Amino acid sequence: MVESEATMRELIVGELSQAAQEIARGFAHMLPRLIVMLVIAFVGWVIAYLVKWIFRSILRLVKFDKLSEHAGASQFLNQAALPSPTELVSRFVFWVAWLGFIMLGVSVLGIGGLQQHISRFFLFVPRLFVTLFIIFFGLLLASFFSRAALLAAVNANLPSPRLLSISIRTISIIFVVSMAFEELGLAEETMLLAFGIAFGAAMLGFAIAFGMGGRDLARQFLEKRLVHEKKGEKEEEPSPL
Amino acid sequence: MAEESILTDDFIRQLINVGEVDLLVGLPTHNNAKTAGPVIQAIQAGILKCFPRERTAILNVDGGSRDGTPEVVTGASINDLRRAYNTHALRTLPSISTRYASSPSSETSLHTILSAAELLRAKACAVISPESLNIEPEWMARLLRPVYQDNADFVAPIYRRHKFEGVLVSNVVYPMTRALYGQKIREPYASEFGFSGRFGSRFLTQHVWRHEPGQFGTELEMTLNAITGGYTVSQSFLGMKSRSEHHPDDLVAAMRQTVGVLFSSLETKFTSWSASNGSKPVSTIGPEYEMTLDPVRVNRRRLKQMFSGGVAELEPILRSILSQSTLSALQQIAALDEENCRYPAELWARTVYEFAASHHKSVMSRDHIVQAFVPLYRGRMFTFLVENRNASAEEIENSIEALCREFERSKPYLLEVWNGGK
Repeated sequence: MVESEATMRELIVGELSQAAQEIARGFAHMLPRLIVMLVIAFVGWVIAYLVKWIFRSILRLVKFDKLSEHAGASQFLNQAALPSPTELVSRFVFWVAWLGFIMLGVSVLGIGGLQQHISRFFLFVPRLFVTLFIIFFGLLLASFFSRAALLAAVNANLPSPRLLSISIRTISIIFVVSMAFEELGLAEETMLLAFGIAFGAAMLGFAIAFGMGGRDLARQFLEKRLVHEKKGEKEEEPSPL
Repeated sequence: MAEESILTDDFIRQLINVGEVDLLVGLPTHNNAKTAGPVIQAIQAGILKCFPRERTAILNVDGGSRDGTPEVVTGASINDLRRAYNTHALRTLPSISTRYASSPSSETSLHTILSAAELLRAKACAVISPESLNIEPEWMARLLRPVYQDNADFVAPIYRRHKFEGVLVSNVVYPMTRALYGQKIREPYASEFGFSGRFGSRFLTQHVWRHEPGQFGTELEMTLNAITGGYTVSQSFLGMKSRSEHHPDDLVAAMRQTVGVLFSSLETKFTSWSASNGSKPVSTIGPEYEMTLDPVRVNRRRLKQMFSGGVAELEPILRSILSQSTLSALQQIAALDEENCRYPAELWARTVYEFAASHHKSVMSRDHIVQAFVPLYRGRMFTFLVENRNASAEEIENSIEALCREFERSKPYLLEVWNGGK
């Protein structure tokens, strides 16, 4: 009985000391990797900070805030109490770069399941940048086309120029958002369907509104475009030149 | 040396056959078969009558006419004219034609004329619009003689106009050109003008020829280059300006050709305009202005409505272009009824200068800035029509003179907004 107790104690002590040794071995194995990870994270932070600074300088040089203002992005950011577009993009670049380095550091630790996620992250980064590019230039184009439509409608004395301009802007933004989602690979089919429905509905709405609500207007418009008025019937407008 | 690339081999062959000339008359056309005949006859008559001893050629540059315009020009015979004017020219009067593109562009047509003039070593050249139905043979003498005999380098025309014709010229182009560049040229953007071979060759090398389809307004750039290049500029009274030339529907296009070009020129000519002060008269042959006062029916209500509607609808765009005080003042006058709505000269000059500064700073697409100017011009036009409804020619001339002085007085404001904020 006493003998078996002693054997048991020896076994427990042996197991405990083995476990402790394994922990110590594991820790000794991990410690240099942890240090490497921390070094990578620190160096990454310095590089990310430098990249942020360079990016901010370039964006200021190309007057990115002004461009964003034209695109309508600044207005949106102001409403959401967010920093300027230059600051926002610089910070975004910083975090993406630093996160990239952290991921690299984590991969040094050699934790099995994480490797796959890390490589997925690195594959995702370029798509994220392309998406941001699509959104920014899409907003810029949406703003350009809506302004062009507004000016053309005002100068042609068409009714409801703002409505026309807002409609063009909305359709353009829907189109841009659907492209961005497609690029990210998120809810591709849903977005495509949603865009199709929204675009189709808008077009149908315009057609019905123009045909039913604005029959007279449509007639006037078509008459103006297609039927040549006799000069004598028209009030003269002095030549500008 | 002229850029040969713009001239086709066939065209160069035609020019070589003509040989050196003293005078060259350019006729840029595009589907002008109906009017080109009388115009070419008047040109021929003018040459026979006024320059019978000089070696002269008529050059038609066509922008892809499909109605046989070049044939009308080259087929015009001078035999009938010789009998009619009882003149015997000592030389032949060749008419040659070339097609520079399939669509019209005043820039390319002018480039072709200048290149040909240089190749032919022409001493004096004139450009005539094929739509000038009121052309008289004397126009040749009035445009070419100051260059050929009096050593002028550029001759701008003066037309007899209806008091309400050319409001864009009298209310923007003339006052702004005069205030900025210091010379009182009544028609800086002319469809008829004369120039020396010397100035033509210089402009040929100085101007950046873009050759984009539908490029217009190079004539205005030529006038501005003559002023800023220190060339001798003069004016000649021609007579009645033909009214069929510019259709009112083309207001946006007219704005691009005039205001757009004028605003763009401020970039390249900053040192010239920022240094000049006041304005001086230009040597003029004939009266400085003549107006007809026949009553015309103008839809003033529509002008006012388009002005007020434009100011309201374009508010977000105008906010980016104009200062807060100018925009507020504009909104106030746009809200007034037809009887009380007036766009004063001082506010108009300030508006034009703020638009010019915003164009320089590219606060948005430059073409959009020019388009946003259209409703405001309609407001100014409305005021001009209302204020001068019953005015005499002298009263209208005084009102234009007062506007010009306002532009000159406000010039420091342009310099202020040019580099500073709004």
